[in-house]
Amino acid sequence: MTMARITASVYTPHVPAIGAALDLGKDQEPYWQKVFSGYEASKKWIRDNMPDVVFLAYNDHANAFSLELIPTFAIGTAAEYEPADEGWGPRPVPKVIGHPEFASHIVQSVIQEDFDLTIVNKMDVDHGLTVPLSLMFGNPRKSDFRWPCRVIPFAVNVVQYPVPSGRRCFALGQAIRRAVESYDEPLNVQIWGTGGMSHQLQGARAGLINQPWDNRFLDRLIADPTDLSLMPHIEYVREAGSEGIELVMWLIARGAMADVAGGAKPKVIHRFYHVPASNTAVGHLILENAR
Amino acid sequence: MSLDKPYKDLPGTTIFDAEQSRMGYHLNQFCTSLMKAANRERFKANERAYLDDWPMTEGQKQAVLARDLNRCIELGGNIYFLAKIGATDGKSFQQMAGSMTGMTEQEYRDMMVKGGRSPAGNRYLGEDGDAQPHHQPQGAAGCRAQGG
Repeated sequence: MTMARITASVYTPHVPAIGAALDLGKDQEPYWQKVFSGYEASKKWIRDNMPDVVFLAYNDHANAFSLELIPTFAIGTAAEYEPADEGWGPRPVPKVIGHPEFASHIVQSVIQEDFDLTIVNKMDVDHGLTVPLSLMFGNPRKSDFRWPCRVIPFAVNVVQYPVPSGRRCFALGQAIRRAVESYDEPLNVQIWGTGGMSHQLQGARAGLINQPWDNRFLDRLIADPTDLSLMPHIEYVREAGSEGIELVMWLIARGAMADVAGGAKPKVIHRFYHVPASNTAVGHLILENAR
Repeated sequence: MSLDKPYKDLPGTTIFDAEQSRMGYHLNQFCTSLMKAANRERFKANERAYLDDWPMTEGQKQAVLARDLNRCIELGGNIYFLAKIGATDGKSFQQMAGSMTGMTEQEYRDMMVKGGRSPAGNRYLGEDGDAQPHHQPQGAAGCRAQGG
């Protein structure tokens, strides 16, 4: 191939306690084994299908962006990003290496398709971005302390309501795919959508989990994402908890898959669901485009 | 002009919208300041004095001092910002979330391991689920409060 191409999409939560379990060496405890066992096949798959770049949709949790500035969509065009000190001290993971040229190309293309991205040349990245990397790659060893590929951080506001609609996220994913495929370098690109699934971290309703709803979300994400993208915010909140709204970010990744633009249906490489990781339902999916 | 806010009928849930954000601006910015280790030390050394440096309401300051996260949220706090107070206290997200239900840490953890809180009865205010106002506090504390 001569142009960049999106080969696969990955969907995963980014629960901070998962990062803490790995960082503190608790990953062999039975409670956490049930979570990490769902990623064994994923780690093997990604070793065999190593991307050059991961375009990673996540949300910042009041770490890079306070209430001083709340961008709806923010794309990182920096050369590198440090793990944020979220109040517990920074995670002991490597800095994240970006891809400024490719990210800038995506900026130019996507903004010209009427998505008003905020361009970020300096920011720290929090657990929303680094926990998915740890889940898919494992924490890098001290002897080779780096992530195995480049990452373009794409931060979505899901902290202050209203967050972008599922429909908007899905359309954005389609614009990102067109941007990637117009980049004149043969990059293997994966797009990851992170967050969710059902969870609520606040109030008397904290701890809400909705397993039937989550599994139906996974079914629809695979089979009919266009219809799923029309789901209104209130259904996420009512059925999947106030923080379940993070799932709109999965629609960015799904929108970037080939079938949405008339190509072949993606292959389901892996599907996993487990409750709980801390307060959250862990739903995980890997979809691969036809080669 | 009134805005459509279909989320006002959820039990035990405050959606952090523009109105809440405006009310809680200084409370949340105080929380942000705790991301710096030096500020965490200064806050721990004298919480009241540290809070008095911020143009927060007295109610917000009292809620922070009492670690009453439900009250903080009612007064405009957002959980991701309030988490910085928890981090300063060495608390996890699960401990913070659990504290808002009235359950003990163990009770909340057990609920999560058993599959979490069911949405049944907790979708709309006025139903009879465990997150409804008339069932607070939850857990053993609720049994004691109701003489059970």
